[in-house]
Amino acid sequence: MNIVVLVKQVPDTESPRKLKSDDSTLDRAAADGVINELDEYAIEEALRIKEAHGGEVTVLTMGPGKATDSIRKSLAMGADKAVHLVDDGLAGSDALQTSYALQQVLGRTGFDLVILGSESTDARTGVLAAMLAERLGVAQVSLANKVEIDGSAIKAQRQTDYGFDRVEASLPAVVSVVEKINEPRYPSFKGIMAAKKKPVETLGLGDAGIDAAQVGLANAATEVVDFAEAPPRAKGEIVTDEGDGGVKIAEFLASKKFV
Amino acid sequence: MAEILVLVDHVDGEVKKVALELLTLANRLGEAAAVWVGPGYENAKDKLGEYGAGKVYVAADEELTSYVVAPKAALLAQLVADKSPAAVLVAATGEGKEVAGRLAVKTGSGVLTDVVDVTDGFVAEHSIFGGGIIAHAKVKTGTPIIAVRPNSVAPEAAPATPAEEQVSVALSDADKGAKIVEKVVQEKGERPDLTEAAIVVSGGRGVGGAENFSIIEGLADSLGGAVGASRAATDAGWYPHSFQVGQTGKTVSPQLYIAVGISGAIQHRAGMQTSKTIVAINKDPEAPIFELVDYGIVGDLFQVAPQLTEEITKRK
Repeated sequence: MNIVVLVKQVPDTESPRKLKSDDSTLDRAAADGVINELDEYAIEEALRIKEAHGGEVTVLTMGPGKATDSIRKSLAMGADKAVHLVDDGLAGSDALQTSYALQQVLGRTGFDLVILGSESTDARTGVLAAMLAERLGVAQVSLANKVEIDGSAIKAQRQTDYGFDRVEASLPAVVSVVEKINEPRYPSFKGIMAAKKKPVETLGLGDAGIDAAQVGLANAATEVVDFAEAPPRAKGEIVTDEGDGGVKIAEFLASKKFV
Repeated sequence: MAEILVLVDHVDGEVKKVALELLTLANRLGEAAAVWVGPGYENAKDKLGEYGAGKVYVAADEELTSYVVAPKAALLAQLVADKSPAAVLVAATGEGKEVAGRLAVKTGSGVLTDVVDVTDGFVAEHSIFGGGIIAHAKVKTGTPIIAVRPNSVAPEAAPATPAEEQVSVALSDADKGAKIVEKVVQEKGERPDLTEAAIVVSGGRGVGGAENFSIIEGLADSLGGAVGASRAATDAGWYPHSFQVGQTGKTVSPQLYIAVGISGAIQHRAGMQTSKTIVAINKDPEAPIFELVDYGIVGDLFQVAPQLTEEITKRK
């Protein structure tokens, strides 16, 4: 089983996240980079599938040089190798372009399964799995909270607003996962040491056969017009309960016509 | 004026509130044309007309809802080609965003998701980084495809008699890649959907156990609201994961959000920060949730919440 896990390095949500004033793209220098949290669940699921069915887990990252931190952690968790798509020409690509660039790389690596988190904590578009399935012409098994592989068949539970759908497909497939699916493992010391010896292939646009005219900020299908910090919320009233806290909230709610 | 396609979010004919919000928004930008996919249109017809759908494209073929997402995108792509709408609006739900993504690839168009408002020229407003930054963006290429977050627009009645047009699309093998073999509806009782509710009451670590969530449910029910939970509570198994509000859970934007026993870690704040009015009950006066609130009580939730429920019930 050839499993490719898509891992995005994102700014740590615990640190200040900003956009750059000159081109409205993410200011990667402002915050520490970490693996997008849901992608850790994707790595974990890939490792579990490999442990049950054999095969190889490749981590694929598109991002600047700093993204090697996320690659190293993925390898330390247990992925076998990594591909890092890094090129200045990719900077500012939107979701549509990112899906195109990743499609080109996936054409090189081949895959039975592509696994990724259902959305990233920075852009939160939640479209990449669907876009990739569309581009690759394979099954979309997205928002999965449970996945079972049986030969070339995949059975999954897809999280919905009303509960879940049971979904069946044949491999190859693109699978996106939600947090409920598993509990990601921590890299062991042995894993961290082993990661240093694992192969990391670095690709630029030309290596991956990506048309430079289809990626990058200038060619994006969307643009940020402007941005500003949200106005701070007016300071609310905070009261210590003296036995009538519930009544006080009710009065507040009544003043706002909620009751 | 040009047509704006609105993909109607519904469960077996029961129209979701967000669809009415999108019709309202579409009529501000052009002429709302609803797109109905799957069974149940007859039951929904009047409601769509009531909220201003001047036209409805009806694709009743059940096959279109038998596979994950792709058929809906195929249908919309065909409508985009045939009707040249000025834009396509979908709900920024998990499924809505995925339809938008596939449609963007099919039509070579830009897509904007998790949008909180759209103004003239299809400039979309986003609330990003957990509500810290307001950004405006637009689509440069193709037909603007915009996924709008539920509860961002107040639905307005605008009675119309929809002109109906039956439509269909031939599905490719790729569209049939992932078959839905069973839909499992989980009991939620009489409570409104979390992402659609005007009022949400959420419980966190301070609730202390699954059995105590009845306090949260009681308060939510007294207000006719939905129940949510912080990640600490869902991870502990006190409440189902599908009710998690936060960065790895659902984003909610209700009129009123009441956080009970929730400290307000960034993980949680990212999912509720755009709520219009925020109330918190927490015994820790230093809890970060108090930075967000319109009204906060520093106190024991086991005293304050039941008293609040009682008081609300009394005032009804």
